[in-house]
Amino acid sequence: MNIALALPIAAPLLGAALSMLVKQLFIQRIISFVALGISLASSIVVVAKVVTDNDILVTRLGGWPAQIAITLVADRFAALMLIVSISIMALVLIYSIGQQASDEHSTAYHPVYLVLAAGLAQAFLAGDLFNLFVAFEMMLMASYVLLTLEGTNKQIRSGVTYVVLNVVESTILLLGIGLVFAATGTVSMAELPERLAALPDGVQMGLNLLLLVAFGIKAAVFPLYFWLPDSYPSAPSSMTAVFAGLLTKVGVYTIIRTETLLFPGGQSTLLIVVAGFTMIVGVVGAISHTQMKRVLSFHIVSQIGYMILGVGLGTQAALAATVFFVLHQIPVKTSIFLVEGIIEKETGSSAFDDIDGLAKRSGLLAVFFMLPALSLAGLPPFSGFVAKLGILRAGFDNGSYVITAVAIFGSLLTLISMIKIWMGLFWGEVRPTPPAGRVGIMRHHKIMSTTSITLVGVTLAIAVLAGPLYDYSVQAAEQLLNPMQYVKAVLGS
Amino acid sequence: MSAALIVLIGVLFASGTFLLLQRSLTRIILGVGIMANAVNVLILSIGARAGEAPIIGRDGEFTDPVPQALVLTAIVIGFGITAFLLALAWRGWTIDGNDDVEDDDEDKRVASAKPLLGGTEVPGDYQ
Repeated sequence: MNIALALPIAAPLLGAALSMLVKQLFIQRIISFVALGISLASSIVVVAKVVTDNDILVTRLGGWPAQIAITLVADRFAALMLIVSISIMALVLIYSIGQQASDEHSTAYHPVYLVLAAGLAQAFLAGDLFNLFVAFEMMLMASYVLLTLEGTNKQIRSGVTYVVLNVVESTILLLGIGLVFAATGTVSMAELPERLAALPDGVQMGLNLLLLVAFGIKAAVFPLYFWLPDSYPSAPSSMTAVFAGLLTKVGVYTIIRTETLLFPGGQSTLLIVVAGFTMIVGVVGAISHTQMKRVLSFHIVSQIGYMILGVGLGTQAALAATVFFVLHQIPVKTSIFLVEGIIEKETGSSAFDDIDGLAKRSGLLAVFFMLPALSLAGLPPFSGFVAKLGILRAGFDNGSYVITAVAIFGSLLTLISMIKIWMGLFWGEVRPTPPAGRVGIMRHHKIMSTTSITLVGVTLAIAVLAGPLYDYSVQAAEQLLNPMQYVKAVLGS
Repeated sequence: MSAALIVLIGVLFASGTFLLLQRSLTRIILGVGIMANAVNVLILSIGARAGEAPIIGRDGEFTDPVPQALVLTAIVIGFGITAFLLALAWRGWTIDGNDDVEDDDEDKRVASAKPLLGGTEVPGDYQ
């Protein structure tokens, strides 16, 4: 039994339980950092092992045989997602302490935040659908609480939409898992590929669609995206950053697993069409809005389209680009929301109508907005360029010219919406006038600024280290396209 | 699987979906509960077979524990979510005296914006 695989889930859960017993904020913070620290350390071990052994790590909890035990599995893709998401969770925790928002001072905040971390880790490591369902529920329950913790009218309104929609999603997922079990007699992701392949085509397609709809709602793909721009902006910025960076990507992760492991079928026209609509509808929505958080929330949808496109194309190059895209997207998206949080903390708003001239007040803030913004739009030399180039090349190599053209067009629109934020908030005369003698912005919010700058630094590092990271992604895609390796590693025969 | 169960599942799904589409949060909560139970009945009726308790080391015809565990987990989660939604409904009621799900402010703003290029008028209930 490999303890490193269990710790990223167990440590935050234990931490959450402990944290609920103590009411002192200071002790709760320490518990959170220790728990996330253990989690991060063990995910580093997992990545190191996956790379050096060049194999898939498997742990059967309690040492039971493969058919009975709860199995945790980490291949290259899962290990990558694990380490990225735990690091983001830790960074944002520091940021939210610096933000001094009322929600972090609630005694419920830290335990729930840790449950969210555990749920994320479990979703990436789950070796069976049942476990995946439980992981989703942990994650979702935590996100419901974090989204509505302040209990304002706005949060209640958007919280209701978010909770009800996700409950419907869970119901569909449970239905899908139940039907998969009824059809095959197992929920283990290692046993399923063989048994699912033996089913009639129609049954396979029905089960596949049911799971795709459930995961598609989570990932916010067209036409199931509408809940996202409605609910995310009402949460405190640090929470929106975590949700935006991580929660939708769990949906993408599970879609990739479903399409490569459970129902491998190469190119999927359905997913390609959905991807095209997701890209364009998301970015057009972004352009139509006049509040930074709203614009960025629509952006999440648009960027999901690129990842789905990679899955839809289904070639190894496309999947490698998708893995890299997810790796680039999580820190970039989170960092731009963190910058938004600084603006909101300083001025009390991020609506274009209320604010002007931020660039005049703080050149540094403008720079640290522009870096992730240009990366999101996919301009060289940033990581977004490498990621998008990979997807576009895979599209051209595959002969899918139309969707590739749509992707390029969507990218252009992304740039326009980023420039819209720039013109709306950063240009012009300073408004509202800051209190006399208050110079700069970043220096007044030290913890928030330091974490944001660190994360922007990470996104730049991804661009610099694009070579080795891309190699890693290619190998991850190789594993994804070879389900037999997964099956062998788990069942051991 | 008996026809009565199939009809029951269908009726539960239909009424759950109908209630979910209402404006009042209380009805939505009822809808969520009914739909969750439709799935539970479905899983039990198609996945589980009757038999002895599945304990390793015993002989006999075992029942399959997986669907039962799945349904048990789903029931517990459903309980938690219903409690949470009720708390949300209560909070909404203490804030503005009703439990209707409201339109999004920003959506209203976008919908009521002056149409470009002389586009069509916006339906009245959005303004």
